[in-house]
Amino acid sequence: MSLIVADDLTKTYTTGTVRMDALKDVTFTIDRASFVTFIGPSGSGKTTLLNLIGALDRPTTGRLLVADTDVSTLDRRAAAAFRGQTIGFIFQEFNLMPVLTAYENVEYPLLLIQRVAAAERRRRVLALLEAVGVADQHDKYPDQLSGGQKQRIAVARALVTNPQLVLADEPTANLDHANAALVMSTMRRMRDTLKTTFVFSTHDPRVMAEAEIVFRLEDGRLVGRDVTGAAA
Amino acid sequence: MSTLIKIAVRNLTRYRRRSFLTASLIAIGVIAVVVFEAASGAFTGLMIGQMTDAMLGHLQVHRRGYVASIDNLPLTLMLTPADVAVVEQTLRAQPGVESYSRRLKFGAMFSNYTETTALRLNGVHPEDEWRTLPLLASRITRGTATLEKGHIIIPDLLANGMGVKLGDTVVVIATNRDGSVNAAQLVVSGVLANVTGPSGRDGYLHIEDAMSLLRMDAPEISEIAVRLKDFDQLDQVAGAVRSALQQSTTAGRIAETEVHTWEGLSPFYNVAVLINILALSATLGLVAIVLVSVMNVMLMSVYERVKEIGTIAAMGTMPRTILSMFVIEGLSLGVLGILIGDAVAAAAILGINVIGPTFNFGRETGLVLSPQVDLWQMLIISGVVLFVAVVGTVQPAFKASRMEPVEALRHG
Ligand SMILES: Nc1ncnc2c1ncn2[C@@H]1O[C@H](COP(=O)(O)OP(=O)(O)OP(=O)(O)O)[C@@H](O)[C@H]1O
Ligand SMILES: [Mg+2]
Repeated sequence: MSLIVADDLTKTYTTGTVRMDALKDVTFTIDRASFVTFIGPSGSGKTTLLNLIGALDRPTTGRLLVADTDVSTLDRRAAAAFRGQTIGFIFQEFNLMPVLTAYENVEYPLLLIQRVAAAERRRRVLALLEAVGVADQHDKYPDQLSGGQKQRIAVARALVTNPQLVLADEPTANLDHANAALVMSTMRRMRDTLKTTFVFSTHDPRVMAEAEIVFRLEDGRLVGRDVTGAAA
Repeated sequence: MSTLIKIAVRNLTRYRRRSFLTASLIAIGVIAVVVFEAASGAFTGLMIGQMTDAMLGHLQVHRRGYVASIDNLPLTLMLTPADVAVVEQTLRAQPGVESYSRRLKFGAMFSNYTETTALRLNGVHPEDEWRTLPLLASRITRGTATLEKGHIIIPDLLANGMGVKLGDTVVVIATNRDGSVNAAQLVVSGVLANVTGPSGRDGYLHIEDAMSLLRMDAPEISEIAVRLKDFDQLDQVAGAVRSALQQSTTAGRIAETEVHTWEGLSPFYNVAVLINILALSATLGLVAIVLVSVMNVMLMSVYERVKEIGTIAAMGTMPRTILSMFVIEGLSLGVLGILIGDAVAAAAILGINVIGPTFNFGRETGLVLSPQVDLWQMLIISGVVLFVAVVGTVQPAFKASRMEPVEALRHG
């Protein structure tokens, strides 16, 4: 059973009179609990595709099912609700809320998006801070944390709602080797225990090495699908 | 909700200086309006009190047409004893009426045997007049604060100008309605401080002396001054008296009458209205300050936080939640300004009372301004500011809530 079914996706940007296809006839499926990455040169359409999968943007043509929802037809509110319930986002520059502590950042989606009860919230936030190894930093604000710590908190924030799908656009681009490895292993563990599906985009060979399936994009076209050794 | 307030407050403290400046601007506006309204309210209250309690009464009843020609104090537009009886009956039947005083007003010549001048006089029943004008006694700066038959109370301008002293015998000469002249000797028993406004420089004598001077057999009355139990009921009581008298006129029981409140009798009413308009303009100025400063600072906040907004929107925060996040922030800024403003304004008003500044108005000197902290008024001003702060925030907040997460995230 596939979590993501993309059928003939095209995304066309029109700037003035210039039309440009950021994605052309992209078709693929991604199974639940898989660890997938999209690679490709800069401008090949990775971010564009992740935005479509994440219901942040709509395809120009084609059909896109994510967790049994046709995300190409959702309106603003429905898309927001869908994202809040189904998807965890990890942003390249962490994008933590500067006025919230590490703990509060992780708590945010449970509090202001899913509106989970207090006790349950606390249990889940503490468990995730523990899992990503930043429990001792919980009352620090983002500007008091290192890049690696911030990224781990961003991961915890994406995972705290137990989303079916986690999307990460270049998640390790700002991390050193050790932190990148730790983030990747945390996500793998989540996948193993909670059957969460992870979809990345990256230039980073370390991320590629961790992925089980690697899709290659070039000029907005899907040009390859490799099953790597990590799948074993 | 408490989370949204927490986020709002922390965002305000994040840009501490800017938030403080904006809150201060709001506070200064609040202070200006609250203090101005308190001071001007105290001033007009004092002036109105002076006028109604020492001179006019709250409202007056006349024969129709009297007020229009009050400058020459006509003896031809009088209420007859029969009219007066009906008016008195009407006033006594009004629960809002505290007391009333019948006045026989006329112009006279005043002589101290060496000089003669014109003087306007009120013949009154002293007890009624004193009860109707509680501040009258305090206007009598020299002499006894009562009036006996055979005595006259004169305005201090006259006493000073003509060198008349207490106990002096003076002559008052008046022309009666039939055109014949009569004179009476009276003893000066009191000197009356001026009040700004009509009849602020009138003298007093006993109504029976006035009647015999004017050779009247039955007391005819020019004016009935009325004091109310509650000044705030002015319009209701005046209306009730007016319509009751109108009915009596229609029934043919009395001549046509007219009822005026102090507002229709004193030119100070226009000053009071002007002062209220000024206070209103100050409030409008405050509204503009709050609107512009809150809107400005919130627009800045939204532009600075585009990426944050994109992030929480992408995560699935509902537009409504983002909207409230910013509205609450603007509201908090307003509340901060209001709290500072109200506190400083209250302190300033109390300070004014401690200093007790005096001022002069017209020929009255040494009036003490004592503004009061009016909680209702503060509440209303605070409510207006709060409302305007929200209005100023709505557009920026709406902008934030409508941002496309993809575009917002690409930002900086
Ligand atoms: N909003 C937009 N308007 C116009 N063109 C756009 C827009 N967003 C992306 N594009 C174009 O679409 C193409 C794909 O962009 P995209 O950001 O998906 O590439 P990418 O693979 O993520 O690149 P990178 O590795 O540099 O992040 C690029 O040519 C880009 O210029
Ligand atoms: Mg990209």
